[in-house]
Amino acid sequence: MAVPEAAEAAAPKKFVDPDFEPEIIVFACHYCAYAAADLAGSMRLQYPTNIRMIKLPCTGKLEVIHLLRAIEAGADGVYAAGCMEGECHYLKGNLWARKRVDHVKDLLAELGIEPERVEMFNMSSAMGAKFAEVATEFTELIKQLGPNPVKREGVSPHAAAREALGGVAMPDQAESSVAVTVEEGHAE
Amino acid sequence: MTATEYKAGSNLEKILSEGKFAVTGECGPPKGADVTVIEEKAKLLKGYVDAVNITDNQTAVVRVCSMASGYTAQQNGVEAIMQMTCRDRNRLAMQADILGAATLGIKNILCLTGDHMSFGNHPEAKGVHDLDAINLIQMYKDMRDEKKFQCGEEMTVAPPLYIGCAENPFADPFELRALRLKKKIEAGADFVQTQCIFNVPKFKKWMEEVRALGLHKEIKILAGITPMKGVGGARYMQKFVPGIDVPQDIVDRMAVPEKGAPQQAEGKKIAVEMIKEFTEIEGVAGVHIMAIEWEIAVPEIVEAAGLMPRPAVA
Amino acid sequence: MITAERKPLDEILELVGDKKKILVAGCDTCVAICLTGGEKEAEILASELRIKAEQEGRAVEVEHTAAIRQCEWEYLDMIAEKIEQADVVLSMACGIGIQSLAEKFAPKLVMPAVNTNMLGMPQEHAVWLERCGACGECVIGETAGICPVVRCSKSLMNGPCGGSHDGKCEVTTPEKEDIDCAWALIWERLKAQGREELMFVNRPPKNWSKSSSGGPRKMVREEAKPV
Repeated sequence: MAVPEAAEAAAPKKFVDPDFEPEIIVFACHYCAYAAADLAGSMRLQYPTNIRMIKLPCTGKLEVIHLLRAIEAGADGVYAAGCMEGECHYLKGNLWARKRVDHVKDLLAELGIEPERVEMFNMSSAMGAKFAEVATEFTELIKQLGPNPVKREGVSPHAAAREALGGVAMPDQAESSVAVTVEEGHAE
Repeated sequence: MTATEYKAGSNLEKILSEGKFAVTGECGPPKGADVTVIEEKAKLLKGYVDAVNITDNQTAVVRVCSMASGYTAQQNGVEAIMQMTCRDRNRLAMQADILGAATLGIKNILCLTGDHMSFGNHPEAKGVHDLDAINLIQMYKDMRDEKKFQCGEEMTVAPPLYIGCAENPFADPFELRALRLKKKIEAGADFVQTQCIFNVPKFKKWMEEVRALGLHKEIKILAGITPMKGVGGARYMQKFVPGIDVPQDIVDRMAVPEKGAPQQAEGKKIAVEMIKEFTEIEGVAGVHIMAIEWEIAVPEIVEAAGLMPRPAVA
Repeated sequence: MITAERKPLDEILELVGDKKKILVAGCDTCVAICLTGGEKEAEILASELRIKAEQEGRAVEVEHTAAIRQCEWEYLDMIAEKIEQADVVLSMACGIGIQSLAEKFAPKLVMPAVNTNMLGMPQEHAVWLERCGACGECVIGETAGICPVVRCSKSLMNGPCGGSHDGKCEVTTPEKEDIDCAWALIWERLKAQGREELMFVNRPPKNWSKSSSGGPRKMVREEAKPV
């Protein structure tokens, strides 16, 4: 079988199991990204089941440790999905999230883990197609990178990520077009 | 040894390489812009020592610098051993100065840490200590053998250097002293002068440890002595000078009832006895006579110790 | 922490000059902990200044106050009014706090009432010893947790020197007290740790460009800078 190369061609060729199914954690904000996911669902747009979502009031609530704990627990890829820049419901939360994602990339680089495994995407609640596109493309990227080097049996990245977030994580919902109850939030 | 096998081809190096017992002296430059002082001291020592140390702001007291005085000494017939302390110069100055010294024909360099400023006449000065003595030895060795500056850049002409260091067999921790010498050898030291010895048994113990490590074969060891002029000096050194071990029986011998010439004679006698002992110790390649401000006693001591005439080398 | 000692009173009086409204500003962090410049000490200095003025028949108004930390401008806001009203502010904070106050309220006259001296550790109550040289490149992992830059009088990377005697440095403090030879301490602790071999590594010259020798330093936490 042909050996897929990593996106950054500098890394030496490594063998990646073609049957590898990555586990990807998505931190999605209630106002935009999670709504976009709902929309994708009702539009019956296909996107990989590799992604496991965790809903937050705002990506601004994401701390560096939340992202890092997901990686530590073996997530093959992690991304934050928030509102378009300038349109964050809490004004600047998504800008803070981007800074923190950038910092986690630096930490991964110093650990010798591909910084591409952590990312930030922006979309509005109307962008169902974008949500599906991002999920598909990111999953493909992670497939090419191969499994997280610290992945191990018996540890669930999704559970670890939820635990790290604590009360910040909002309850999971069924993937349907049922209207979301707006949670009382506060500006940054 | 042919000329190409010498590191610098200095008189001192040649004598030590031939396995002859070497004699070095010491000279302190004056506290003023007076070239005649060194000229006279050099003339006093000429023929009686193989090379003479020119101290550099010793005990942190400002005097004419070692390089200039060393040049003067060589112009007056005695080979110089220049000194460089880490207290007064940073790595730029140290490299610049040694290149300067080499252009003036100075070949022997003694690398020292340097007594702290607080001992001298400028205690408010900022001590440099950019490098320590081991860094300095390594740096000079790399300049000579690799033709490189400390930053790694290549230089045009390498300085021919015979690199020396000091060691104190009596400083603490005692268990470390032979191993410290090993570090200096690894850094590139060719010869070592010890701090002045009064406690010969303790020195012999140190030499035992040195020989056990085979160090005497890797570096030329010159045992240091300071002839004492009077019992006052002996007591002062015993009580107030760090790192010098003066046994009580030596102080007692110096306490000759009459001051002046009789005490001086005893001081010279003790020095001669010690030098003769040194010649018997395996691994001791020479003696370093530190008769500071008493250079006039050196010819007599060297004669009485049976070390005249000094060997002439090609 | 940062330690400081109060300047001699004469020097303080000279710095204050003939100013009439004096504010003695203490700092309740490091200098309070080393009993030099906290609110208590500010109050004491204020009282001394009033006594002195009385002795010399001068009319002065001396007030005292303290900030939680003078080095952070938000805390200085809380004492801003008093600062604005003074002719001269005598800051008892460390050099950082004094400069922070001077910068925020420039060109208000701000004078140091203390000499900041070291990054020190309280060895026992009321005794502080210098521990850190803020050299920017910490090597104490190799020297058994003992700093050779500032605890060795000659900052040797390959100590000890020939002046080490009985575990003491050849230098004594200005008060003529012994200083422990840092390298003797390092040796003893390396032995206790079973890591003697570290004593015989030839350490290269230190990179002083990371210390203040390389110019005043700046540190930025990009990920925390406000967006």
